[in-house]
Amino acid sequence: MKKLVILGAGTAGTMMLNKLHNVLDKNEWQITIVDQYETHYYQPGFLFIPFDIYTRKDVIKPKRDFFPPGVNVIMSEIDKIEPDQNRVLLKNNQVLPYDYLIIATGSKIRPEETEGLKDKLWYKNIFDFYTIDGAVALRDFFKHWEGGKMVLNITEMPIKCPVAPLEFVFLADWYFTERGIRDKVDIHFVTPLPGAFTKPRAASILGDFLDKKNIRLTTEFNIARVDNDNKKIISWDEQEIPFDVLVTIPTNMGDEAIERSGMGDELNFIPTDKHTLMAKGFDNIFVIGDATDLPSSKAGSVAHFESDILLENFLDVTEGLQPRAKFDGHANCYIESGFGKGILIDFNYDTEPLPGKFPLPGVGPFSLLEETKMNHYGKVMFRWMYWHLLLKGQELPIESQMSMAGKRK
Amino acid sequence: MATVELLGKTIQLDEDGHLANPEEWNEEIAKEIAKQEGIEELTEKHWAVINFLRKEFKENGQVPSIRKLTKQSGVNTKELYQLFPKGPAKKAAKIAGLPKPKGCV
Repeated sequence: MKKLVILGAGTAGTMMLNKLHNVLDKNEWQITIVDQYETHYYQPGFLFIPFDIYTRKDVIKPKRDFFPPGVNVIMSEIDKIEPDQNRVLLKNNQVLPYDYLIIATGSKIRPEETEGLKDKLWYKNIFDFYTIDGAVALRDFFKHWEGGKMVLNITEMPIKCPVAPLEFVFLADWYFTERGIRDKVDIHFVTPLPGAFTKPRAASILGDFLDKKNIRLTTEFNIARVDNDNKKIISWDEQEIPFDVLVTIPTNMGDEAIERSGMGDELNFIPTDKHTLMAKGFDNIFVIGDATDLPSSKAGSVAHFESDILLENFLDVTEGLQPRAKFDGHANCYIESGFGKGILIDFNYDTEPLPGKFPLPGVGPFSLLEETKMNHYGKVMFRWMYWHLLLKGQELPIESQMSMAGKRK
Repeated sequence: MATVELLGKTIQLDEDGHLANPEEWNEEIAKEIAKQEGIEELTEKHWAVINFLRKEFKENGQVPSIRKLTKQSGVNTKELYQLFPKGPAKKAAKIAGLPKPKGCV
């Protein structure tokens, strides 16, 4: 029996498990998946919790619901990978030898990386929304808040889902308008990037949306520390921005097990071939999703497109061939813009987000880089697709390679 | 492709305004780019960062992140922002004649 071990049963690991389980011969392969947590989170849903649109129960399901029968499931923390020995050591003292390894250990927030962030104001006036606990604590704070300075700050790039911070301020604008206190809330978007988003054309269009919604934008702000006593964030070049509530996107890092394995870069992301998705320097290790160091967005859509490529390349490599499929960096993001509307962007390594219609050229129904109600419905529908199709490894009606059809230069 | 006149030579730039060909770089060109970026004089510390970036780029084919820079170059984050105000990674890379660091996605 050949042994395949998948590390991580989040979005990427679960998708990969289901896709491979469907095609690998059960008489030849033994598949093992490892994760330390029993609960699967629909992470795109965290964004909606602070505004009381989703509750905790809308975004959780047991991971076991998504594991096909016959798969060896181990619930344990990973100690480390020993790639030269082709084995994984677990915290429960189990040793897992493998022929092939797929690493899908993701990324997570590390507020401890910034001085004063996880201090006495943490979950009192400073919140994240990248964890369920942070999102719920922020919802409770907003319920009784009567207004003041709300600062959203991105600590450093890369972050999971680079559009989520923008969606957050768009939704905040809507939420405080509905609450009747929008004129008492100063919304301020503070980013280390030179614009509202990472890619120039989209940055300028999304920047206009910030303007239109009366949201202040400060760019090239690199946070050094938080002054808890005076409620200020302070940059490395000593600019200060005061807040009454700080919504932070802390530093994102890969799993500590990657660091313990000596396989990561300075943020514990694994050097990965951006086209083949194989770990650099290894011929039996693949990496997928947020765990990679690819210059693509860290997002579920990216993991989904990668999974099609990884599947093909896995089959090539296990048959002794060179991996032939090439990942193009495709990302597809629905951006909630508030008031029941949304904006859609679609891009890859080489092509920045462009306006147009998607996925059918000239028809849509979705509009790229424009604010429409239909785009919002796309996002709403997506949660259903996520639970019922995507995690189970079924086909979605979007190609894994980006298409230029319908886009305007 | 955009070009710029530096020290009487026409130099090609990439889409981010960085040198298109890192081989065309030399120390005199670095000083000129630094001036355009508002850094009048390149001190020993500036050069330590620039040389570290060029060495890393030569060895690994990519511009290191600020984290790697501060971990390995002996210059701490605070100093780095004093040396290259605003975006040190980007600015130092530009002066070193290297492409814009990735990680900005």
